[in-house]
Amino acid sequence: MKTLQTFEPEPALGGLAHTPADRPEPILRAGNTNCGGCGMSIGWQLLSRAVADRPVQLVIPASCSIVTAGTYPFSAYGAPIVASTFASAAAVASGLAHAARLNGEKTRVLCWAGDGGTYDIGFATISAAAERNEDILFICYDNEIYGNTGGQRSSATPQNAWTTTTPGGKDVPKKDLLGIMAAHRIPYTASVSMAHLDDAHRKLEHALATPGFRFLHLLAPCPTGWKSEPAESVSLVRMAVDSGLYAVYEVFDGNRVRINIDPTMSDSALERYIASQGRFRKGHADLKALRGEIDASWRELRARAGWASEEATR
Amino acid sequence: MSAELISANHAAALATILAARANRTARGFGSGVYPITPQTESIERICEETFEKGHVVRVESEHSAMAVCMGFSLGGLRAFTASSSNGLAYMAENVFAAAFYRLPIVMMAVNRTLGPPWNIWVDHGDTLALRDAGWIQLYCEDNQEVADSVLAAFRIAEDRRVLLPAMVCQDAFILSHTMMMTDLPPQAEVDAFLPPLDLPHRVTARPLVVGGLDPPRETEVHRRQHQEAMNAVFEVHEEVRGEFKRVFGRELPPAIVPYRLDDAETIFVSMGTTAATVRQVVDAARARGEKVGSLRIRMFRPFPEALLRAAFAGRKRIAVLDRDLSPGLGGIVFSEVRGLADPGALVQNYMIGLGGGDVRAEHIERILADVRARERAGAPEFVEVGG
Repeated sequence: MKTLQTFEPEPALGGLAHTPADRPEPILRAGNTNCGGCGMSIGWQLLSRAVADRPVQLVIPASCSIVTAGTYPFSAYGAPIVASTFASAAAVASGLAHAARLNGEKTRVLCWAGDGGTYDIGFATISAAAERNEDILFICYDNEIYGNTGGQRSSATPQNAWTTTTPGGKDVPKKDLLGIMAAHRIPYTASVSMAHLDDAHRKLEHALATPGFRFLHLLAPCPTGWKSEPAESVSLVRMAVDSGLYAVYEVFDGNRVRINIDPTMSDSALERYIASQGRFRKGHADLKALRGEIDASWRELRARAGWASEEATR
Repeated sequence: MSAELISANHAAALATILAARANRTARGFGSGVYPITPQTESIERICEETFEKGHVVRVESEHSAMAVCMGFSLGGLRAFTASSSNGLAYMAENVFAAAFYRLPIVMMAVNRTLGPPWNIWVDHGDTLALRDAGWIQLYCEDNQEVADSVLAAFRIAEDRRVLLPAMVCQDAFILSHTMMMTDLPPQAEVDAFLPPLDLPHRVTARPLVVGGLDPPRETEVHRRQHQEAMNAVFEVHEEVRGEFKRVFGRELPPAIVPYRLDDAETIFVSMGTTAATVRQVVDAARARGEKVGSLRIRMFRPFPEALLRAAFAGRKRIAVLDRDLSPGLGGIVFSEVRGLADPGALVQNYMIGLGGGDVRAEHIERILADVRARERAGAPEFVEVGG
């Protein structure tokens, strides 16, 4: 006679992939229609694991991630989602968060928005919700492009990147949104690297548990818009981190800055990051100038973190 | 509370506070507020209040004021905001969204001229630009009607057969800043009139997408359901009028408000406070033995087509007074009612009081003379009344 065995799932990726221990089902379910190598989809898996069995409600403005859900009455999401108007995610979430609080519910209210809905059209709304210190976790998955509409520039698009509205490459640099959000003196602001899973998981858990307005920035490769290999998305983020291009740090209460990864400032990682993406081919990226800008921003960041200034000069 | 000398802005605010409290045993009350002249006093009054179970979010724009209300409403709370003119124009995207989500939000709108150039006085063009937004629209004539309509609007909007947002409109300054004796019922009566809100589609822990992608087939169904809900408003409004009278002992005006209409051959059609001036002229004309009457449209959405057609039957001359202009067309009220008159009836459009001009009896008398002297209707007439 066979005995019924308790199924212990094989830990995948050291336990960082979704397992039945995390949630009854992932926030982003299997069978969705997202592109291969989609950074946003990887972000959902990270979030799903951190959320675990917490009750959540998510507000998603116009973006690829609302297309991800599929058409009525189906949903690729295993959590309640409000599809908001483009600029309104943080305001709708404010209402939902107060509704939960007034009714003694432990629901955590999250916004999940692209760079268009965060850096551009949603910015006034986000800034106001941050100023009010609403009890919201706002996560920006930044693919540096209006991906859902076919790849137009946003204020998160880096300099020299080709987009359909910057056919000669973008002529101005990316907005420093993390700096701007930290300047609101909100409880928690952090950048998240999907190539550094322990750090990413710790930050998501901290952000979910902390009360007040929290902002997470996730660099999310978009192979379709970046003209990169889908299989290389995570490697690209690692290159961005190693080169110093994507600074991985966190800011508590707008003033306590902690650098989480001290990058090697690798020139070869920078070269490979630029060379691996078709979007930088037309803009004639000046690596030397880019290196200068990266070094300057790190001098500033190290100073804010209270790190010795000589470390900044190589 | 009882009769008080208050402005329509405060009448709307105090009625909202009563409605907010009436939901204290359910999921509570929420409001997103943003100032704009001439509405500001209403939200200031709400911000002075301490709610047992409620919260007011002071947002950074009208667009977010409605968005916060949508968040509250999606969470199952009773929700209210107020706006006016360019604020409504800025809010417009979310005005549509609130209706498409089928959220019973109530908004008090003070009708004010759209700019630039800037003009803070009354004009109905701001809310009429939102006539297709899927909201119930009620236009009021005095402060009591503003207070009563806010209470009724919550009850109608939250009815399971309706579940649509409702706009209570009132004329800038003529009502918003004019003090009138206004009776506000005690909380117990409002509690009896307004049942606790139980929104069937509120966001819970269930994994559902609210407002996601809707293919053509589903959109056809949802639009049809929206239309059916609007059509249900006529019946619900009549029931609510009966209930209103039973609880508060006072009449809530009907969807269209007739005045000395019985044997009238010439009638005026208007909205808002213009109707009060029209009544003076009707009385004067009646005293002269002329068969003149007035019809005020209180409910513009849903559009009371059947009621208007019945009221227009047998009338020979209809003067439609618009305090709005759709450039290139003429009056918006005119364009909607003109086809409901008897064949052969003369229906003439007059634009009067645009930009808040002081509409006086002499102007209405001039219109009466004009419409009676006409052999046929002509292009929309601009009646200049000045400051």
